[in-house]
Amino acid sequence: MSEHHAPIMTAHRAGLVGCRSCGRVWPEGQQTCLRCRSDLNPPDRRSLNAVWAWLIAGLIFYIPANLFPMLKTSTFGGLAGNSESTILGGVIELIHYGNWGVAAIVFVASIVVPIGKFLSIGWLAYVAGRPASVKDAHRRLVIYEVVEFIGRWSMIDVFIVAILSALVQLGFVASIHPGPAAVSFALSVAFTMLSAQSFDPRLIWRGLPLRSRKD
Amino acid sequence: MLTEGSYDLTTGAGLVACPRCDALHIERELAPGETARCVRCNTLLASPRVGAFTRIIALSFASLVLMVGAVFFPFLEISRMGFGNETSLFGVAVAFSHGVLMPLTVALLATIVGLPVLRAILLVYTLLPLSRGQAPFRHAVPAFRLSETLRPWSMAEIFVIGTAIALVKVGGLATISFGPAFWAFCGLIMVNAASNAFTSATTIWDAIEDGGLATDGREITSETAG
Repeated sequence: MSEHHAPIMTAHRAGLVGCRSCGRVWPEGQQTCLRCRSDLNPPDRRSLNAVWAWLIAGLIFYIPANLFPMLKTSTFGGLAGNSESTILGGVIELIHYGNWGVAAIVFVASIVVPIGKFLSIGWLAYVAGRPASVKDAHRRLVIYEVVEFIGRWSMIDVFIVAILSALVQLGFVASIHPGPAAVSFALSVAFTMLSAQSFDPRLIWRGLPLRSRKD
Repeated sequence: MLTEGSYDLTTGAGLVACPRCDALHIERELAPGETARCVRCNTLLASPRVGAFTRIIALSFASLVLMVGAVFFPFLEISRMGFGNETSLFGVAVAFSHGVLMPLTVALLATIVGLPVLRAILLVYTLLPLSRGQAPFRHAVPAFRLSETLRPWSMAEIFVIGTAIALVKVGGLATISFGPAFWAFCGLIMVNAASNAFTSATTIWDAIEDGGLATDGREITSETAG
């Protein structure tokens, strides 16, 4: 790929529009792909509005997800204490019990990954279509692919809460119930996934200089 | 109909655009086992495999059978001091069935059971006639498009990893044993992964088109008679 030195002709520059779902190429102005019936959109910065909207929605729901409890635990009918733990609280609790591995997984999945995703999508949307070198473009595509791949894995914390709440129902001995943060966390993850899906990776390549290109 | 290798830069016929970087490529029929990648960003464009359709259909049926087991058999059992509890996959999703958490129940059931089942059915619907060399069913185009849209939302494998972590979390609190549904679910993950490895969207779109549906007069024929 990098040995290829001739300038690349893109569908957009040729006055055509490519279908992002099946690859077929149509004249500009065509609204739907006649093969797979999906909507055709030229790579346009206007499509970034949807990215920003979903991203902000995801950010908003991430705040209550961290402030409210994720899990409510009661042991021995509340005699040994009722505890409510937030995402961060749960991680600290796991470290207390020496479960470093699980603490690290939960910390990465529910704190590092979501925040990294917000920053990456925001940055990608900010620099999309701005001047870039070929090397920059390749790096941005890698970031986009990582965000796209990893996004759904944040849902793991919601599943853990669901499994614990269904399983740990031992009456007097111990019981676990889900807290309101579970819903806002799930929504936050879903909105960020939608944000990443609305990002058009073709915009990454729009900012490349037309002359003296070596891609 | 077009002959292989000919293209038209004004209508885009005979060309393929990379979905990631918009680079244009000349469309070519690939032999099974060949792989087409974008010259600029190395994105996988197509990778037809021998007998892929038959295998995807078989794997889809396998995943449906496993899902029935996963839903109805006990998933996990827990016990401590004579108190015990057993939960099925259904029980896990219904864990959120109180008040404001209710919608999450629906969403969870959809991502771990509903969507994997729906995708398996859609793939069988799309590929069954194609694998026998017959014309595709009438709604094959929207069916396959829906299946591709739903792909990221089908989260069965994330759920299984979540189970493993949840078990470590309660490990100190009580004794836990796996039910048959847990193993069915693990099998399901393997089957889905194999099915995804065989699915090349472009190849399936080509097959739907060659099978006689959604014909726009632009499908490539190997004969020069076009």
